[in-house]
Amino acid sequence: MNAPDSREGAAVRARRRQGMLLASPGALYLLIFFVAPLALISVYSFATRTSTGRTSLSGWNIESYRAIGDDIIVGIIARSAWLATLTTVLCLAVGYPFAYYIATRPRHVRAILLVLVMIPFWTNGLVRVFAIRFLLGSNGPASALSESLGFGTFRILFTPTAVTIGMVYSFLTLMVLPLYVALERMDWSLTEAARDLYASGARAFWRVTLPLTRSGIVAGCVLVFVPSFGSYVVPDILGGAKTLLIGSYIARQFRDARNWPLGASLSVLLIVAMLIAVAFNQRSGSGAEDADGPRARGRRRHRDGAEAKAEAS
Amino acid sequence: MSGLVAVGVGQRTRRWLAAWTWVVFAFLYVPIVVLVVFSFNASSRVNIWGGFSVQWYGEALRNDVITSAIRVSLIVALVSTVVSVVLGTAVALALDRYRFRGRRALDGTVYLPIVIPDITMAVMLLVFFAEAFKLIDSFGPRLTLGISTVALSHIAFNISFVCVVVRARLDQFDRTLEEAARDLYATGWQTFRRITLPLIMPGIAAGGLLALTLSLDDVVISAFVAGPGSTTLPVYVFSSIRRGVTPELNAISTLMLTASIALVLGSLALQRRRSGASRQTQVL
Repeated sequence: MNAPDSREGAAVRARRRQGMLLASPGALYLLIFFVAPLALISVYSFATRTSTGRTSLSGWNIESYRAIGDDIIVGIIARSAWLATLTTVLCLAVGYPFAYYIATRPRHVRAILLVLVMIPFWTNGLVRVFAIRFLLGSNGPASALSESLGFGTFRILFTPTAVTIGMVYSFLTLMVLPLYVALERMDWSLTEAARDLYASGARAFWRVTLPLTRSGIVAGCVLVFVPSFGSYVVPDILGGAKTLLIGSYIARQFRDARNWPLGASLSVLLIVAMLIAVAFNQRSGSGAEDADGPRARGRRRHRDGAEAKAEAS
Repeated sequence: MSGLVAVGVGQRTRRWLAAWTWVVFAFLYVPIVVLVVFSFNASSRVNIWGGFSVQWYGEALRNDVITSAIRVSLIVALVSTVVSVVLGTAVALALDRYRFRGRRALDGTVYLPIVIPDITMAVMLLVFFAEAFKLIDSFGPRLTLGISTVALSHIAFNISFVCVVVRARLDQFDRTLEEAARDLYATGWQTFRRITLPLIMPGIAAGGLLALTLSLDDVVISAFVAGPGSTTLPVYVFSSIRRGVTPELNAISTLMLTASIALVLGSLALQRRRSGASRQTQVL
């Protein structure tokens, strides 16, 4: 940071005022429309639901946090965590070879492939989930194709499988971009050195390439896990009764069930979980550049997108 | 860098990698392409191909609910983009250039809306508006959820995204250019107007496009803070999907798809031109 001219205290104060003035409209906006709602939902999580479904703020208690221990809710949280983990592992398995191949192309090919990666990524997320729903539906084209081939109707929609496919489809790019960045930055002469020292291709990969791209792997996993865990749109469109996840469950508390304190405490829990995941990533990520990836969630993708786009041009 | 070929990978592995890459690309593109193709299906049964037709587009655009949703989406996107670009850029400049009280708190807070899942942001804002309306109603006016609450919510997350993008640009900024201007007796405002602003403009433009995209994309937050009559297009599509797939829905989705792809390609073209320009300035 530039040190302000220390000889003139007045100038420093003036500059400080200027900075405050510049920041204050945005800061004020965030205070009202983000910090206040955040504080409010934390307060609500300690409130009481009245018998009519309204929320009473008098008499704070931890009843709604205790309710989280309920078997049904624990089951929902466990299912969300399991599906998010599965999605993350699949994205890594699918995305690593993909990113590896793209990152090792000659520069001009790389740029074109990267644009091809970016297009679905920037495309409206809801429409993409809808496309999956359309494709997999029992009256959709995939099913029609399998029927005409004699395999019978597809019955995949509204199952956990469909939700997992939808989440991998939605979040795959979030895995690919940090992996690509890590692989692209890698010093390949190290892998070459391992090969020169008679390491087999597989051994060189496991012992050199993989450890060197660890920061990209961690960032990608966090980027995929966070939005999958809190996902609401994907399970709502592709899932059925057996795939109620925490995001939909929270939504339900604020809509039909009208149990705002329970919904609020689950939201607080979700926020804390996300912050822990992001903090974990920032600690294990190998530096400020890779910390770019981490501050993220589903929509955050675009930031990485911006980075990768800059790369592409 | 350009002569990079998969190092340490044999010919056979490389062929497998190439095949895998095209499989993944197919996975990414086939659902979208199928959707687009079927939006031109003349048959009213979604799964049977009945010849080429644009009738569903006509039908969708004649539907008042849809046109009103399109209008709401565009208004919200434009308003939230303009406001968040101004506020977000100011915050980015302040955080990058100045030291002031509360700077660190602001620095941490500004990233939070990006990290927090959509659904929690949505319920937070819903509770907030409910409480705020209760408070304001006791003074007289009766407020309800509507287009303004949607726009206010979109600004709340867009400020952060604009700020992050502009700051990334400020990080690469060559400060000696500003110093040179000051040495040549430019005033603070002149320096900002003639040097700083043009140089960070690509960042501001990228932030603005991002804000526009995010606002047009958002479904979860809008679904919670929109009132009757202020439904955005994604919220309409979301609630329609629950009722089942219709050819009309395919047509609207294709329109949304086209809009977002046009935005990406536009921003790519813009970035390409700008990066050429900024390279020139660097040479100068």
